[in-house]
Amino acid sequence: MAQVVVEGLRKTYRVAVREPGAWGAIRGLARRRWREIEALAGVSFAIGTGELVGFIGPNGAGKSTTIKILSGILRPSGGACEVDGLVPWRDRIRHVARIGVVFGQRTQLWWDLPVIDGFDLLRDIYRVDPARYRRTRDELVGLMRLGPLLDQPVRQLSLGQRMRCEIAAAMLHEPRLLFLDEPTIGLDAPAKLAVRELVGTLNRERGVTVVLTTHDMQDIEALARRVIVIGKGVILADEPLDAFRAGVLAERRVVADFAGEAPRIAIPGVEERAREGRSLELAFDPARIAAPALIAAIAADYPLEDIRVVQPQIEEVIARFYDLHGAGEA
Amino acid sequence: MLRPYLAVLSARFQLVLQYRAAALAGFATQCWWGGMKVLIYSAFYAGARAAPMSFAHTVSYTWLGQAFLMFLPWYADPEVADMVRTGAVAYERLRPVDAWGWWYARALAWTAARIAPRAGLMFVTAAVIMPLVGLGRWGLRLPADGAAVALFCAAILAAALLSATMTVLLNVVVAASLTDRGANAFAAPISIVLSGSLVPLAFFPHAFVPFLRLQPFAGLIDTPFRVWNGELAGLNAVGAIGLQLAWTLVLGILGRCAVESVMSRVQVQGG
Repeated sequence: MAQVVVEGLRKTYRVAVREPGAWGAIRGLARRRWREIEALAGVSFAIGTGELVGFIGPNGAGKSTTIKILSGILRPSGGACEVDGLVPWRDRIRHVARIGVVFGQRTQLWWDLPVIDGFDLLRDIYRVDPARYRRTRDELVGLMRLGPLLDQPVRQLSLGQRMRCEIAAAMLHEPRLLFLDEPTIGLDAPAKLAVRELVGTLNRERGVTVVLTTHDMQDIEALARRVIVIGKGVILADEPLDAFRAGVLAERRVVADFAGEAPRIAIPGVEERAREGRSLELAFDPARIAAPALIAAIAADYPLEDIRVVQPQIEEVIARFYDLHGAGEA
Repeated sequence: MLRPYLAVLSARFQLVLQYRAAALAGFATQCWWGGMKVLIYSAFYAGARAAPMSFAHTVSYTWLGQAFLMFLPWYADPEVADMVRTGAVAYERLRPVDAWGWWYARALAWTAARIAPRAGLMFVTAAVIMPLVGLGRWGLRLPADGAAVALFCAAILAAALLSATMTVLLNVVVAASLTDRGANAFAAPISIVLSGSLVPLAFFPHAFVPFLRLQPFAGLIDTPFRVWNGELAGLNAVGAIGLQLAWTLVLGILGRCAVESVMSRVQVQGG
């Protein structure tokens, strides 16, 4: 059953246009001119209960605008949207009580309060039953290993620690739907892995529907089974991650390591993509040559030490996709 | 029903109360200003033929003015101003609470937590220590009877409720203009003059005084302090407190409409 239904969502922002230079500034005082920016030009999709959807697109594509409308912060210029049967901006208070939101670039915890006090405050804000709150809190603290952090004021936490606390904070009232807007931004590698693991666990074990926006394609690869790609305010793709990858980039890859320096290989349907010392990355078209045949051909003619079939990096797939659609940042 | 608002009220109160250095610095400044003003009134009364208030009442009014200076809504809640600047104000919309009530609870806590330590210190200094060291003539005189004390407490409570509605209105101006400079620039001079904080409202030209006492800022300073001095007693005091509460209601309703209208238009930029 669809938990989120979005139909023909539009949003135009009106921004003041200032002509450059001092004269422009003076003229702007007398007569202000406005320009309309279309952030969303008719966006439609549906998300089912328990899904984990990656919402991706270049900067300025309309990702955050969509999330803000879905979470009730922003009122759209047109179109319809329902989350669990509620219109976010019309039934704001009831709606926000049922969702959890984390903006990676902002904090929802009180900067000067110890983490645990911030959690207690959220308990009262969301009117959570105290016994139920204690259970949820203890589960989340265990799951995210927050025990040692609870007594520290939020401002003393590292970004990675803070982000774990933020996600826990967003889950204290047990929302069935979680919006994560760039939850791994600025995190180091272990912290990113920890956040991904948490999000995956929440989705798998607790059945929380997750809508994830990110620029980190590793996040998408690790978590999302479905991607929605948005560019210049319209949906460019909405399909399972594997289908998306295959559709954009049909070629497959092998990485081969040789005993000596990597040789030049001339097999029809095979192209060299990268070379580094004794290692070579080759792209091949599976319609022209099958993987076993290719491996056999290389092994027959060259001193092969190791060979691996790999998938193209998701970054590359996305970059290729944006290029195809002219969807790069305007 | 009130659980989220009481929770944030208590959290903010405790947080602001921790700023001991700010409270002590404020107290020192207010002692200095109080002393200066008492000396100026002393000189003024020495040469005055007819003053609108007795010297003792004017001195008490002055010390109370220093103790409760933080009732003046001379700037918007800095926490809200900060959220508007950083865009964290978006999170405010994610809370299942009424936006006005949310800001009101915080404003009330902020005001109360800044007043409590300063007023306590000021009472001890002006009403206890000064008479003990022989400066009683320039100190704070206590109210005449228990009824006056009770009415004064009611008037102070009403002043706190009223002050917070004004802070929320300033917050709204800040949210609408995306900066706290404009709101703060006009709030300070208006509230200092019209509340009676600069000089008691009784010192204004006779023709203006009745009107000055009807406007909302009078409820912050002038009303409770005249109750303390016994100039407003019995039914007159009750009526004055009623006026404070009426203004609280009017400004509260105005603020609530304004918050909803501004917050529904607020566009969170970037990110």
